[in-house]
Amino acid sequence: MSDAADTSVLRARGLRKQYGKGEGLVRAVDGVDLDIGAGETVAVMGPSGCGKSTLLHLLGGLDRPSDGEVSLNGRRIDDIGEKALARMRRSAVGFVFQAFQLMEELTAIENVELSALLAGHSPRAARRRAEKLLEQVGLTDRARFLPSALSGGQRQRVAIARALSNEPLVVLADEPTGNLDSAATLDVLRLFESLHESGQTLVIVTHDARIAATADRMISMRDGAFVDETRLTGGTTGQLGALVALED
Amino acid sequence: MQQEVVLAMLAKEPSHGYQLRARLRDALGPLGDAMNAGQVYVTLTRLEKAGLLAAERSADGADRSDRKVYALTPDGQQRVAEWIAEVGWPRPDLAEFHLKLIVAAAAGLADPLTIVDTQRRELLRRLRDAQRAAMAEPDRSDAALLLEGIVLRLQADLRWLEACETNWTHRRSGS
Repeated sequence: MSDAADTSVLRARGLRKQYGKGEGLVRAVDGVDLDIGAGETVAVMGPSGCGKSTLLHLLGGLDRPSDGEVSLNGRRIDDIGEKALARMRRSAVGFVFQAFQLMEELTAIENVELSALLAGHSPRAARRRAEKLLEQVGLTDRARFLPSALSGGQRQRVAIARALSNEPLVVLADEPTGNLDSAATLDVLRLFESLHESGQTLVIVTHDARIAATADRMISMRDGAFVDETRLTGGTTGQLGALVALED
Repeated sequence: MQQEVVLAMLAKEPSHGYQLRARLRDALGPLGDAMNAGQVYVTLTRLEKAGLLAAERSADGADRSDRKVYALTPDGQQRVAEWIAEVGWPRPDLAEFHLKLIVAAAAGLADPLTIVDTQRRELLRRLRDAQRAAMAEPDRSDAALLLEGIVLRLQADLRWLEACETNWTHRRSGS
């Protein structure tokens, strides 16, 4: 892990989150250090219950750590007030969840522009950005549809467009393909790939190896702590044919 | 290239070798790039010697193998029918890796968890390659379907490695 705090978009030191007391004490996140560089895609993998979702909530300011520090672009967010934290979330973080969490009574484009409006963009700018983002996720023709009229994969693409509409410093995704079939997963992976190419910083927690395989870095998490880290860029096998036995 | 595959590709109609190669390329997509250009012709020659197919020179009379039109003989048709009905399935050799972990731990040759980590990196790289190739394919292409199968198998292997990791972690902390 790099120690260059000045280039880190997201940084955590000695991060802990505990629930309960005494016998019932659960160390969901147990001493995590993390540096996410600008434009990096990092996947945190681990079995359910390993603490990866809790970690994501701490990194995005959805929850407060029991101990340790979280900084976003060099600014501490673990010790700021509720209002400042909410403002930071609205303006600097994009969230993508497994269950999409779209507003069911709003159309696709309204869902996308809402987070830009909340981040303080003008209605006109928010609409323009929402239109552009829906185009980017390939859903221009579904802009006026309610979420209930969309497939799971389409809903998740709307949710990703929404996560981008406030031009976040970092997108945090929690099991984004957990509810999707194979083809829809591929669509989401393609989208993440294009975000990565455009320089978007992305942290994804998942137990789906397909996502981990598209990341720059894969971190394995177990019992609240990081146990292994793999850099995946630059080291592909380069031999697609090795994946299938074609020789007799 | 498995002989039966080449043979069965002639079942629809007699074809030139280059036509078979084009069909294979369509079906395999980027995976077919690893295929040696001569492989199909070598296989065709073997099948001809075995009496499973017959070659006829095309009308222009040239005596080059890429000018020949290949057709199934009755024996060839029989072999194709048998092959289609076969229920063989490739077996991944998990036992070798499993035994490697056991032997490494027993003799103190290496930490099984390190072996698992190294193997996981390799599989993730392969998964990355397969996935990139799948993402580059148009939806519902033949090659995309094959790549999906490869991706799913690698995922299954990665899940088993996870089980290996959990199991060996417990063994270590229990000893």
